[in-house]
Amino acid sequence: MDSINPILLIASLMVASTPILLAALGEMVVEKAGVLNLGVEGMMITGAVVGFAIGVNSGSSVLGFACAALAGAALSMIFAFITQVLLSNQVATGLGLTLFGLGLSSLIGKPYVGIKAPGFAKLDIPLLSDIPVLGPILFRHDPMVYLSLLIVAAVWYLLTYTRAGLILRAVGENHSAAHALGYKVVRVRFAAIAFGGAMAGLGGAYVSLVRVPQWVEGMTAGAGWIALAIVVFASWRPWRILLGAYLFGGITVLQLNLQAAGSSIPVEYLSMSPYLVTILVLVIISVRGNHGAPGSLGRVFHASQ
Amino acid sequence: MSLIRLEKRAAPSRTLAGLTPILAVIATMIAGGIMFAFLGFQPLEAIRTIFWDPLFDPQFGPYSRPQLLVKAGPLILIATGLALGFKAGIWNIGAEGQYIMGAVVGGGVGLAFYPSESGLIFPLMVLAGALGGWAWAMIPATLKTVFGTNEILVSLMLVYVAENILASVSSGLLRNPDGQGFPGSRNLARDYPAASNPELIANTGMHWGVVAAFIAVIFAYVLMTRHKMGFAIRLAGDAPRAARFAGVSPSRLILFCLGTAGALAGLAGLFEVTGPAGQITIDFNSGYGFTAIIVAFLGRLHPIGILFAGLLMALTYIGGELAQLMLGMPAAAIQLFQGMLLFFLLAMDVFANYRVRIGTPEVTT
Repeated sequence: MDSINPILLIASLMVASTPILLAALGEMVVEKAGVLNLGVEGMMITGAVVGFAIGVNSGSSVLGFACAALAGAALSMIFAFITQVLLSNQVATGLGLTLFGLGLSSLIGKPYVGIKAPGFAKLDIPLLSDIPVLGPILFRHDPMVYLSLLIVAAVWYLLTYTRAGLILRAVGENHSAAHALGYKVVRVRFAAIAFGGAMAGLGGAYVSLVRVPQWVEGMTAGAGWIALAIVVFASWRPWRILLGAYLFGGITVLQLNLQAAGSSIPVEYLSMSPYLVTILVLVIISVRGNHGAPGSLGRVFHASQ
Repeated sequence: MSLIRLEKRAAPSRTLAGLTPILAVIATMIAGGIMFAFLGFQPLEAIRTIFWDPLFDPQFGPYSRPQLLVKAGPLILIATGLALGFKAGIWNIGAEGQYIMGAVVGGGVGLAFYPSESGLIFPLMVLAGALGGWAWAMIPATLKTVFGTNEILVSLMLVYVAENILASVSSGLLRNPDGQGFPGSRNLARDYPAASNPELIANTGMHWGVVAAFIAVIFAYVLMTRHKMGFAIRLAGDAPRAARFAGVSPSRLILFCLGTAGALAGLAGLFEVTGPAGQITIDFNSGYGFTAIIVAFLGRLHPIGILFAGLLMALTYIGGELAQLMLGMPAAAIQLFQGMLLFFLLAMDVFANYRVRIGTPEVTT
């Protein structure tokens, strides 16, 4: 147990949290627009495999991330079309997207099993990274970690202070009223779903390109579902998403470190702890009451004329 | 005003609701054929290998025909339970976990009595299997009724917990003591007759799990059409507010739907682990709990529909295995194919619920 270094632990927490943070942030925007997309896991795993395949073939992780975002967004458009144009049930369609994504990813990923990722350089910010304790924890990560934090701030700013954010929230709170005011409900939702897909794709690619870093079938292992839980935990607020993601990242890192340190708790019980904690947190949140859920969340919108 | 409009029907068209699964299967075959072509297979040959050869090929037919019931049994059993909840707007998507826990608890009870040959052991295991699945489903059900916790996420999270429990017991508590240290329990089907679930009629694939599936379908049919609970389920799904005014207790409905689905999934797990799978291993579960979600929707959440949907989905499994063997098609291609089927099905629902109008309306209201 002495082998756990607290500084390294906190530093790896940020890396472990980034995939869930990206995916949860995307899903939050989707839900703010009144759409429940349960396909996060499917889009994440597709992003993971596409990002990895492009990264390996081109030798560029940046290109891998870009293509993963595109792949996630493309996949989310199937969901958008079926739920928004053909007005299907969102829960069932989202589940379908997850099953579809899992199949698609293992099909694409076959030739890539056992290959190493191209690598993604860390930033090593001069001066700041030399600060004792804080340096290794905060200033020696790869650019995606900082980008994810920037996106949290951007989403928060856009949703709170801009007209576009206001329209998005209006569409999510009451789609009939938003429609009556002349806003294009379906168009706004398509955009939100695409953003959610791109973010899930990025999150998935972070798992396969940086976190692990190789392709293993089913490697997201429920991270997409945990992201969905974090949106509820965060009461649909960007900064709380950050808090939630880092909390879960912390638990994951801690249990992995305990496994590596040869703790007396069996591996299986450590591995199930993030899922149990997710359930516990969901219960605590629901005791407090689900405040902040968008009014039209999950409901079918059909302009009746 | 767009050229093509959707007009909501006063009530969903029953003809079209019955027709859409067939249309969806045809559409999936076409899209699947295109996908197979992209993967470098002859589309028609691939479709034939999946849907025709397992049943009618003189060489493979005799081997794969019995597999149809073996694979359809658990799918129908699980989907029948899931459909009750889906109909009422209760989303249990953790059937895979309930299936695993049924197998672990039921199988564990059987192993505890090894090597006793009492005739009571198998019935006791069946009971324990149902209880194991039921108890696992009661976790999301209780959390939902007491705290209002989202059952979708809790039931799904519990799948991962169940998988870890399975990994733990198959290499620990339930490991075969005579297995030279290999993970996995004693083979219940081969080495422990009192705890085995054998083929009942030779070369049909019929085992107790299939019998249970047929019974479940009949019970669900009677429940949905003749019983007050069935009415409550349908009312809660179509008009939740009206259901509350009619005195339907949401809590009772949640406990009943999740509990039944869990018990049926647990049974499916127990019958699988004592028969076709034979032993509790880390990967005896083959995703039936998730595929059953597709089966439930493909069967239009109706017991009889689920019966046919289960057989069809079983066919894609067997056909997929055959295509893997004969054409070298990756197993994932079939998973993708099943996912596409669900998409087409959900997409085609629009025709049952809405009328498609072409051209601008004469009078805009």
